[in-house]
Amino acid sequence: MATAERILTDEMLEEIRAFFPRYPTRQAVTLPALHVVNEHLRYVPQQAVVEIAELLDLVPSQVQDTLSFYGFFKQDTPHGRTRVWVCRSISCHLRDGDDLLDYLCQQAGVQPGETTEDGKLTIEAAECLGACEHGPCMLAGKKLHTCLTREKLDAFLQTLE
Amino acid sequence: MAEYEPVLLASIGKEDSHRLRVYEATGGYQTLRKMLCESTPNNVTDLVKASGLRGRGGAGFPTGLKWTFLPPNHPGPIYFCLNADESEPATFNNRILMEQDPHQVIEGLILSCFATGAETAYFYIRYEYPLGYDRVQAAVDECYAAGYLGKNIFGTDFSLDLYLHRGAAAYICGEETGLIESLEGKRAWPRIKPPFPAVEGAFRKPTVVNNVETVACVRHICDRGPDWFRTMGVLPDPDNPRDPGSFGPKLYCLSGHVERPGCYEAPLGLTVDELIERFGGGVWKGRRAKAAIPGGISMGLLRHDEFDCPLDFAGPGKYGCLGLGTAAVVVMDETVSMIDFLHNSCQFFAHESCGQCTPCREGTSWALAIIKRIQAGKGRLKDLELLLEIGDGIGIIPGTTICGLSDGAAWPIKNAIRKFRDEFEQYIRETNPGGYARISPAIALQEAEHPS
Ligand SMILES: Cc1cc2nc3c(=O)[nH]c(=O)nc-3n(C[C@H](O)[C@H](O)[C@H](O)COP(=O)(O)O)c2cc1C
Ligand code: SF4
Ligand code: FES
Repeated sequence: MATAERILTDEMLEEIRAFFPRYPTRQAVTLPALHVVNEHLRYVPQQAVVEIAELLDLVPSQVQDTLSFYGFFKQDTPHGRTRVWVCRSISCHLRDGDDLLDYLCQQAGVQPGETTEDGKLTIEAAECLGACEHGPCMLAGKKLHTCLTREKLDAFLQTLE
Repeated sequence: MAEYEPVLLASIGKEDSHRLRVYEATGGYQTLRKMLCESTPNNVTDLVKASGLRGRGGAGFPTGLKWTFLPPNHPGPIYFCLNADESEPATFNNRILMEQDPHQVIEGLILSCFATGAETAYFYIRYEYPLGYDRVQAAVDECYAAGYLGKNIFGTDFSLDLYLHRGAAAYICGEETGLIESLEGKRAWPRIKPPFPAVEGAFRKPTVVNNVETVACVRHICDRGPDWFRTMGVLPDPDNPRDPGSFGPKLYCLSGHVERPGCYEAPLGLTVDELIERFGGGVWKGRRAKAAIPGGISMGLLRHDEFDCPLDFAGPGKYGCLGLGTAAVVVMDETVSMIDFLHNSCQFFAHESCGQCTPCREGTSWALAIIKRIQAGKGRLKDLELLLEIGDGIGIIPGTTICGLSDGAAWPIKNAIRKFRDEFEQYIRETNPGGYARISPAIALQEAEHPS
């Protein structure tokens, strides 16, 4: 196989190897490794899958099989610099959250799952975020936005970098 | 009822409640010290058994009994998986414990590992809890530094390593064998049981899976004793030899159309009405309630005239629901359309089915397609029979699937249509007046010819 340019940096390799002692098998490091790559690159390209497999003594299809099960990891292009998860489950939906996802998509000009052209924002439809007492809500990166309204979404869009 | 003093939520809302020094200041880790130095694993298991504690993750299985399914005198390793995947819609009590009192959870977890002989524990936490993850990781670091985790805890020969493991946004990772597969680095396809995890679980070794709130209860049972635990809750039903009763405190999540949504603690057996009125400040905007979910969306629906339903392990079942589930109550006011509710529920399960079993994968997708058709004004009365046929056909209870996700998908369908049939029929008649006339409940899958 022609060697493509390596994608996993030394830093990523080191972060992934740090997980080895935690598990009795290498395969168990698959999810942690996917998270490491995803945090650095905002996606997990196929070449990274090949390199993770090599590192974990697996064949690439094993890693790819796991990756593809979790819709969480994008493979073709990186997600935006901010990735938001807008809850569409029952408690948020009942508290007038039903149109917030549509509204945000409309304002940003993308569909759920897509990234804006300027690469600032990816919008995802989420199932219950476990913050139902504050619904409707969304998670933007690590920050939880609670009791959302259209006005709050407008303000949020202004903060994007 | 006398004023109840919260136990699990005792520290919530206090300053720095997530830090070790605050936890230690109220006696934290003293119970652990006492048990490890003065007691035995069997004794801890006996305490938990005697308390009658039942799992808080949804199935209500007796915790002590589950632990005794581990093979005796096993050479090890034995693994403990703490289930912090909490993804059942409307459920958030684990999040509150992890964010605000992670040491309570960890102390309970260490005690549970001591009892079961596990020397490695995995804390499987869903990806969508970044604050919970950071707080638990910080607490774990504090524990290693203080000698509560690691080699030879308190100089005893008990050692324990605790690792956090992050999920990746999939509901099925909460099912215990799905969790184990996910932990092993595979797609989270639930396993056919038996073997049960206690015999062959993570990495093919004996494994215990318990919920966050369950191990928090273990901490207090070890501290205050099983008799204290049994002063709260509901006694076994004398007419049902298989009912072990519902003891102890419970964290009730309340959301939807109430004035004060939140997580509230009360003894098991609180009724839906009491939860809404005493804790939730009543239905919001002065409206009337129409329905409620009793314990996460998988459990089905209660009509407003069923709000005297007690929220213990046996209660919701007597009202035609699947069970207590996570005791997460969602209130819906009189303006809510049950068609809309069912669409939301079907959308969730169609999205989250792992796809392994045909009845679940196809059933959830078809149910969504049918309810969408109804919602769009193209429904026919026989669609209700079709939906019920799916609802009655998928799940562990009819015996057609591997895991309980599909029972959870089925119950909202069955309850919504059977308890609110008039509303569905009326909606179909009004929105599709030409198409409703023919009902063919007998052969539901056979296309009835369209009336001219
Ligand atoms: C589809 C599905 C999802 C589940 N999700 C969770 C969950 O997020 N957290 C949890 O503790 N249990 C969940 N469970 C229940 C677990 O399979 C298991 O019974 C539980 O973790 C055992 O812990 P406990 O005995 O302490 O309740 C789920 C079950 C099913 C069928
Ligand atoms: S019942 Fe559904 S979720 Fe459970 S294993 Fe089968 S397909 Fe997967
Ligand atoms: S339903 Fe939206 S956070 Fe739970």
